[in-house]
Amino acid sequence: MKKHGKLFSILYIALCFLFFYVPIVVMVVFSFNSSKSLTNFSGFSLRWYTQLIEDQEIMAAVYVSVSIAIFATAIATVLGTITAIGLSKNRKVLRDTLLSINNIPIMNPDIVTAIGLMILFSSMMIAKGYVTMLLAHVAFCTPYVITSVYPKVRSLDDSLANAAMDLGATPFQTLTKVIIPSIKPGIYAGILLAFTMSFDDFVISYFVTGNGVQNISIIVYNMTKRTNPTINALSTIVIAVILVALIVGNVVPAIYNKRKEKKVKMEENVN
Amino acid sequence: MRQFKNLVKPYILWSFLLIIVPLLLIVLYSVTTGGNSLVNIRFTLENFKKIGEPIYIQVFVRSFRLGLITTIICLLLGYVLAYVIASFSERAQAILILFVTIPMWINTLLRTYAWISILSDNGIINSFLTLIGLDPITMMYTDFSVILGLVCDLLPFMVIPIHTSLSKMDKSLIEAAYDLGAHRWQAFWRVTFALSIPGVINGVTMVFLLSISTFVIPKLLGGGQYVLIGNLIENQFVSIGDWNFGSAISLLLAILMLLMINITKKLDKQEGGGDL
Amino acid sequence: MADMGNCIIELKGITKTFDDQQVLRGIDLNIYENEFLTLLGPSGCGKTTILRIIAGFIEADGGELLFNGIDISKVPPYKREVNTVFQKYALFPFLNVYDNVAFGLNIKKVDKTIIDQKVKKTLKLVGLEGFDKRDVTLLSGGQQQRVAIARALVNEPKVLLLDEPLGALDAKLRKEMQVELKKIQQEVGITFIFVTHDQEEALSMSDTVVVMNEGKIQQIGTPVDIYNEPENRFVANFIGESNIIEGNMIRDCLVRFDDVDFPCVDKGFKENEGIEVVLRPEDIDIVEPEKGQLVGEVKNVVFKGVHYEIMVETDKRMYKIHTTDMHEVGKKVGLCVDPDLIHVMYTMEY
Repeated sequence: MKKHGKLFSILYIALCFLFFYVPIVVMVVFSFNSSKSLTNFSGFSLRWYTQLIEDQEIMAAVYVSVSIAIFATAIATVLGTITAIGLSKNRKVLRDTLLSINNIPIMNPDIVTAIGLMILFSSMMIAKGYVTMLLAHVAFCTPYVITSVYPKVRSLDDSLANAAMDLGATPFQTLTKVIIPSIKPGIYAGILLAFTMSFDDFVISYFVTGNGVQNISIIVYNMTKRTNPTINALSTIVIAVILVALIVGNVVPAIYNKRKEKKVKMEENVN
Repeated sequence: MRQFKNLVKPYILWSFLLIIVPLLLIVLYSVTTGGNSLVNIRFTLENFKKIGEPIYIQVFVRSFRLGLITTIICLLLGYVLAYVIASFSERAQAILILFVTIPMWINTLLRTYAWISILSDNGIINSFLTLIGLDPITMMYTDFSVILGLVCDLLPFMVIPIHTSLSKMDKSLIEAAYDLGAHRWQAFWRVTFALSIPGVINGVTMVFLLSISTFVIPKLLGGGQYVLIGNLIENQFVSIGDWNFGSAISLLLAILMLLMINITKKLDKQEGGGDL
Repeated sequence: MADMGNCIIELKGITKTFDDQQVLRGIDLNIYENEFLTLLGPSGCGKTTILRIIAGFIEADGGELLFNGIDISKVPPYKREVNTVFQKYALFPFLNVYDNVAFGLNIKKVDKTIIDQKVKKTLKLVGLEGFDKRDVTLLSGGQQQRVAIARALVNEPKVLLLDEPLGALDAKLRKEMQVELKKIQQEVGITFIFVTHDQEEALSMSDTVVVMNEGKIQQIGTPVDIYNEPENRFVANFIGESNIIEGNMIRDCLVRFDDVDFPCVDKGFKENEGIEVVLRPEDIDIVEPEKGQLVGEVKNVVFKGVHYEIMVETDKRMYKIHTTDMHEVGKKVGLCVDPDLIHVMYTMEY
């Protein structure tokens, strides 16, 4: 009975993962296809990768996606972190109000957030393009940073900051040398979330952009009618980058911690 | 520490400008006509009345039906997956959950795009079918392809909260249930499932809300004729240019969300007692 | 006893209110150089608030706070020449032992070689030689405690503030740390202001004990004074065990309580003034009934290790007595008190 259950478990998980990963595997495989066909693999080639690099429209979109994600993440992280720190020191009324407002973009369907921003930019006569896209990305990424940093700030012992000031640290030094290092895990989670949210976004970017500024999602959306293997090449690169990032993010800290443990143990033995 | 109080000020201004004002603008647009020119602005409830027209009601019904189907499929598949994962060792669980989340990191558009080449009339599945001598099936631009795309995209949102509540559960409770003479099924239903309800509620809300407001997947896998609430709003803003009507639909969608989130919060609180 | 020099900190009429609750009702206190001063009182008496006002984490509502004669009430904590050992240590979890201790010196941009010398010296002082690279979160409570003390002392403050630092330790470790803290204070020769609710801790370590209750100072004195000459019922009750009896001062050196006149050594009260008498349980002798100043019956006997705690009921009240002699329950006994062991206090105002 038990063995039976285990077999079923493994089989079921395998099927689900197949479902998740089939599209991804298909993209990767066909990105190396030598023909334009998306159904018959006729031979290995890097043709679509060279075409990808030569395709100025797609490269421009890659540049937009990456640079917006980096800038939006940087701004959202700073803004979100200082807000989370400040929040915990304010009166409950203000705290609760701001946190509920902060939840609006998280709860609201993307499309509602998107058209709100679209109307805002056009009624303020701001020309739609790179800047509006960046502003919009900061607007929807910051709430995620706040929600991941704020709990860390709440659980922070007040006396740590007091201890720093007691030892001569100015408020700014206390912020940089004690508070921020203590809430680092929350900030990292916020950065990761903000970056993926921004990089993955289609709906909001689609509505607030203009003047031919496109990110990867918009290009793919506009390309559905003509199947284009260069998109597979692009996807493969994106997947590779994400996998590397995930490995760096998960495996490296684990190895680092193990090494550190070992080192401490060795030192203890020496002592 | 008092000095840090002022750190919230930039965000107060920011959130007012980029969260509150846009919402107010949507409200303003939804109750006026005259589009973008402030000169001939006029208050009206016409936009909301228009939503009541059968053709638009149909769009809402179709969206809800699709959302419901997607949610039910996700719940069935996702609950079993979460339950099965939770039966492994903690290390294995962490790795399996990581594999569930990896697709979420990859651009939705790119993943959905890949389904096209799998499902299309001369796609991978159909080439395989012809190869073994069967007739090809039309899958693209049907309910099937849209639901498949939605389930693939949203399943992780169901699995993760359910897995979280299952893995938090005290295993001894189930043993206790067996000990008290419960059958396998009873033990599952009365203990495991009852205690995982908060996760289920979370997952169901998330999947349902995301699926009724989506417009990318229906457009890519359902084609242009597949109009859901999201596509309806998109059309008003992008092709038709009736921002007032578009705002009214958006406002309605936002209010629906708010209601649903509040209801689930209440449910969560009632069920939350089981957490302790 | 420490050699006390000039007054280093002066509190004059300090008041503080939190959410309509007055936690300090006018505190006047002088703290001297090299003094080991303990603020003692039950929780909520305002002792920690005083410490936090001296450290600069909160500002008093009224009154003056002088440091070497200069008002520092507006000076931010990072500019004050005091350092604090926090209740739960507040060590920086992301820094190792060495970097925790070096934190203050690094902030002041002290030369690295000097930092190294000072940190090593201070770690040695607190008995943590060779712990430099350890992760502070993996240390025991007692070791964390020592790091916290080292982190404060390395800055060579004029005054060290300690906020119930031993509260989280178990009884045995607590005793050890009491001795050690006193030793460290004598070695570095600076003022320690120590907050505790444990009277035994206060009596065994301090030069001066400040007993507080409900935001007011009840008594300031040496441990011996506080124990033997409590000024009011609260102090007598809070410090050690006591029998407190209402009575009248007949004249100098004669007090009446429980309808019996007792010779005593207290003077300076008005004739027939209503007073309260403190009798420490160990100061009452049990004698033959006919020889006793009071007569009663043994009601209850509990063995406490070193002594027996015996409850004797007279026709007026129950007396608690500590003695090394066993007496059987039900036995008629007499009670006697030496004149110089009777302590007369003014009646409490509230």
